[in-house]
Amino acid sequence: MSTITRSDVAYVAGLAQLDMDEAATERLVDEMNSILDYMAKLNELDTDAVEPMMHAMALTNVFREDEVAPSLPRELALRGAPVHDEEYFMVPKILDAEGGGA
Amino acid sequence: MEYEAVIGMEVHVQLNCKSKVFCGCSTNFDAPANTNVCPVCLGMPGAMPVLNREMVTKSVAVGLALGCTISRWSKMDRKNYFYPDQSKNYQISQYDLPINHDGFLDIDVDGKKKRIGITRAHMEEDTARNTHTLGGGQSGVDFNRCGLPLLEIVTEPDIRSADEAYAYLTELKQILQYLEVSDCSMEEGKLRAEANISVRPVGTEPFGTKTEVKNVASFSGTYKAIEFEIARQIQVLNDGGKIIQETRGWDDDRGVTFSQRAKESAHDYRYFPEPDLVPIVVDEAWEAAIKEGQPELPTPRRTRLIETFGLSAYDAGVLTQTRAMADYFEATAAEVPDAKKAANWIMGDLQALITQEEGDLSTIKITPLQLASMINLIEDGTISGKIAKEVLVDMFQTGNDPKAIVEAKGLVQISDTGELEQMIAAVLEKNPAQVEEFRSGKEKVIGFLVGQVMQATKGKANPKMVNEILRKQLST
Amino acid sequence: MSPWYEKSAFEIREAVASGAVSARAVTESFLARIDAVDAQVGAYTQVWRDEALAQADAVDAKIAAGEPVGALAGVPISLKELICTQAGETTCSSKILAGFQSPYDATVTQKLLADDAVVLGKVNMDEFAMGSSTENSAVQKTANPWDLSRVPGGSSGGSAASVASATSAISFGSDTGGSIRQPAAFCGCVGLKPTYGRVSRYGLVAFASSLDQIGPLTRDVRDAALAMNVISGKDPRDATSADLPAEDFTKKLGASIAGLKIGLPKEYFVDALGSEVRTLVEKATKVLEEQGAEIVEVSLPHTEYAVSVYYIVAPAEASANLARFDGVRYGFRHPDAKNVTEMYVKSKSEGFGEEVQRRIMLGTYVLSSGYYDAYYLKAQKVRTLITRDFDEAFKACDIILTPTTPSTAFAMGEKSSDPLEMYLNDIFTISANLAGIPGISLPCGKSASGLPVGFQLLSKAFDEATLLQTAYCYEQHGGNDLGLPALS
Ligand SMILES: [Mg+2]
Ligand SMILES: [Zn+2]
Repeated sequence: MSTITRSDVAYVAGLAQLDMDEAATERLVDEMNSILDYMAKLNELDTDAVEPMMHAMALTNVFREDEVAPSLPRELALRGAPVHDEEYFMVPKILDAEGGGA
Repeated sequence: MEYEAVIGMEVHVQLNCKSKVFCGCSTNFDAPANTNVCPVCLGMPGAMPVLNREMVTKSVAVGLALGCTISRWSKMDRKNYFYPDQSKNYQISQYDLPINHDGFLDIDVDGKKKRIGITRAHMEEDTARNTHTLGGGQSGVDFNRCGLPLLEIVTEPDIRSADEAYAYLTELKQILQYLEVSDCSMEEGKLRAEANISVRPVGTEPFGTKTEVKNVASFSGTYKAIEFEIARQIQVLNDGGKIIQETRGWDDDRGVTFSQRAKESAHDYRYFPEPDLVPIVVDEAWEAAIKEGQPELPTPRRTRLIETFGLSAYDAGVLTQTRAMADYFEATAAEVPDAKKAANWIMGDLQALITQEEGDLSTIKITPLQLASMINLIEDGTISGKIAKEVLVDMFQTGNDPKAIVEAKGLVQISDTGELEQMIAAVLEKNPAQVEEFRSGKEKVIGFLVGQVMQATKGKANPKMVNEILRKQLST
Repeated sequence: MSPWYEKSAFEIREAVASGAVSARAVTESFLARIDAVDAQVGAYTQVWRDEALAQADAVDAKIAAGEPVGALAGVPISLKELICTQAGETTCSSKILAGFQSPYDATVTQKLLADDAVVLGKVNMDEFAMGSSTENSAVQKTANPWDLSRVPGGSSGGSAASVASATSAISFGSDTGGSIRQPAAFCGCVGLKPTYGRVSRYGLVAFASSLDQIGPLTRDVRDAALAMNVISGKDPRDATSADLPAEDFTKKLGASIAGLKIGLPKEYFVDALGSEVRTLVEKATKVLEEQGAEIVEVSLPHTEYAVSVYYIVAPAEASANLARFDGVRYGFRHPDAKNVTEMYVKSKSEGFGEEVQRRIMLGTYVLSSGYYDAYYLKAQKVRTLITRDFDEAFKACDIILTPTTPSTAFAMGEKSSDPLEMYLNDIFTISANLAGIPGISLPCGKSASGLPVGFQLLSKAFDEATLLQTAYCYEQHGGNDLGLPALS
């Protein structure tokens, strides 16, 4: 389909928030290319008229009712956090006040 | 060169479900940080989302109110990005199959009607809140808001001015409140408006580079921000500059927008269907049931009030600002001969009292029936309009029936001819000079004499009769 | 009399429930076995000695009080490191979750505890279930009990090694592309991957959400049925779990398979298949034929594309599922992260192992702008074709019989150098996950070098009963109980 370049690997690593050094980049260029070459065989198939299969079973409309259930005690919620105080999960200062957002 | 603005709005509104979109945590706004959290909304390993049925029902209700096509078949998708306002580092949202699409909202800018296209209104989960005030080079994350039911309403780039944007937001908010799907409190961030703004030479097709104005705390702020941004962009272009695609914030004190960050070469969100959730099918029956439970919306209601009660467009507009007020008016109007009088009392003295007492129409002591019977006491001459104002204050404070108040305070109008004739005779005796003036043709002095009679009767005299009797006695 | 650790879960439950033996005695027998052999095997990452004995005592107390006991009363079990338990840790054998204590129990954990099973501890796996040899564990190596120089398979290698070395009567693993069936074949035990949606995934740390299923690894088929009775069922917390009435999976055990149609897919009996494996699988087919099954040839024409589809879909889902391990709410955070981005990048790059990072990269790439249609969408369409193959095939037969793996257990380090070669090891097991149908692997003998060989039976979705009936019939008449590996 397409060949992966070092810059592709760098771009994807950026999206995945992974740090790829020289060696790792080189390795991944080779590995991903050989894997994707193998996958190229999918192009032998004409799938224009085929619906993609997103679930292994044909379920629809599975809901929960709008009822409040007990939340976790805060100590338990915060227990596993690498850095936290009595109220908050702590992260390094977020300089960019924007960024995420729905 | 002449420029015109091209504006599209993105509104995020929190739907007022009791529990979050995908878990049973409470949506209560006042809870202490990180107390409305569970394995699901904290994105704990192995936890799975299950969609809140009310989220769908309320979203479709909004879609129908906005004339949208409701997707028979829709699904949730994962929107991938890393930021500490997410617990899973993906947001469960809707990508290519939003639950509502292709609708419209009609707005009215000084008498001119305009139709704003609604591209889509899709379901998603709200993000966590970050606090930067903790110091120590740290930011805190509060996941109470993470997973709250959010509807994102996106317009076509049909808006051309700050006025139109303001009208759109006002109308939209009114609809959402009529539907009772959100209290739309902007202070609490339950309604958040973003404007995508660009300018282009008048008469040209292609869009200019847009900026996105975010985090404005009020509609008036949004209005000012848009005004400013349009002017800024035109300035930049006239100075031969280029507009940079970026997100800009609004500094309300300084009244300026400021660059928050250049959009890094368009996000690559890697949307794909959420495998933990199954497709959503809203069939005709479900859609019909939701339509069924829908209240009359502001625009049709305004029209009806004008036609049924002969109100002015302005009065109808004021009275339909909230569903509560419109209901209150109609309940009152039904009990009085002249609906206009009901309108005047509600918009006038009653509204004044409410404002002054910082009350709320939906919680005041006076029932529409009581207000109606007060109006009828004026109509049948039991009390004067002047006295009625006094009675209304009493009703507002005590919630007592107007009749009871009038009797208890002996405010019943004096309409007994004999009694009035004696009083007036006495007044004329005390004021021979004015009587002379009148007889010598200075007709308007009668106003003074009426005043004297009213004073003598503490305003209880029937003004119409006082006038007649005065003229009769003066002319003899 | 043979020690309790050699007995099946069914026998143990009967003995405990009838008061013939105490749950404590049975538990002690297994704990002693762990002490004796697990140093060599390395199946267990956590042994919950005191908790296990306390659970056993609770079961004995119930029995003493004449109270009814659960379907797994006193049965010592182990859980794969990715099944959430409030007790102990849930690490997915990853550095990034080292020391992680789940604040909640997985639905499967709850069901097992409610049925009075005794949890001995957690067992090793490939990090986040990504691997076919358990060599990708960040915690420890696990050896194949039949040959300590070889891998137990994976990703549920700890589970298979534990059952094979009799350090737990049942172990619960997870199967995304063969992670229960392949190690079961390598270690000579029974491994069942239920129909997608049959068992709740709530509390199973997700690898590929549209493929994952929890299932049992057991010493025999009846125990697998017994385990399924306990863990199956609709879970309101898992929107993808099937809403079906409770079923007794033992009900068809022992029933005749006369007239049952068993299909052999020609695409599975290819050159890649080692001759020793082929011979033993054909022998197993004969056994079933002698029991009255009708053997027919069927075709699954898109089989050759399964591995490609799998290695697009699974990494894509994994790239999102693993994004949550960011050092904010739990797990490893790199000590010197000056800002948020450094926190993410350093924590992930140091917390995740090489294979996990490789799959995150692959999955991120196939979803990234410009490649979604060419890879992810294409793969999901071919997945439809693979599923249709099974629908067609099951019109001609009730059960499909295949080898579980192309070869027997390979030596440690043998394949870990070449990811693609490692991926191709799943060639016979992947399709069942893509189609969502159930599959079971059971032993059909040993190779000349004494390594177990397994074969796989597949059925229509939600027809585990027939699957187990057929497997049980083979087990009764196939006559090759492998016994226990010689461990000093
Ligand atoms: Mg959004
Ligand atoms: Zn929650």
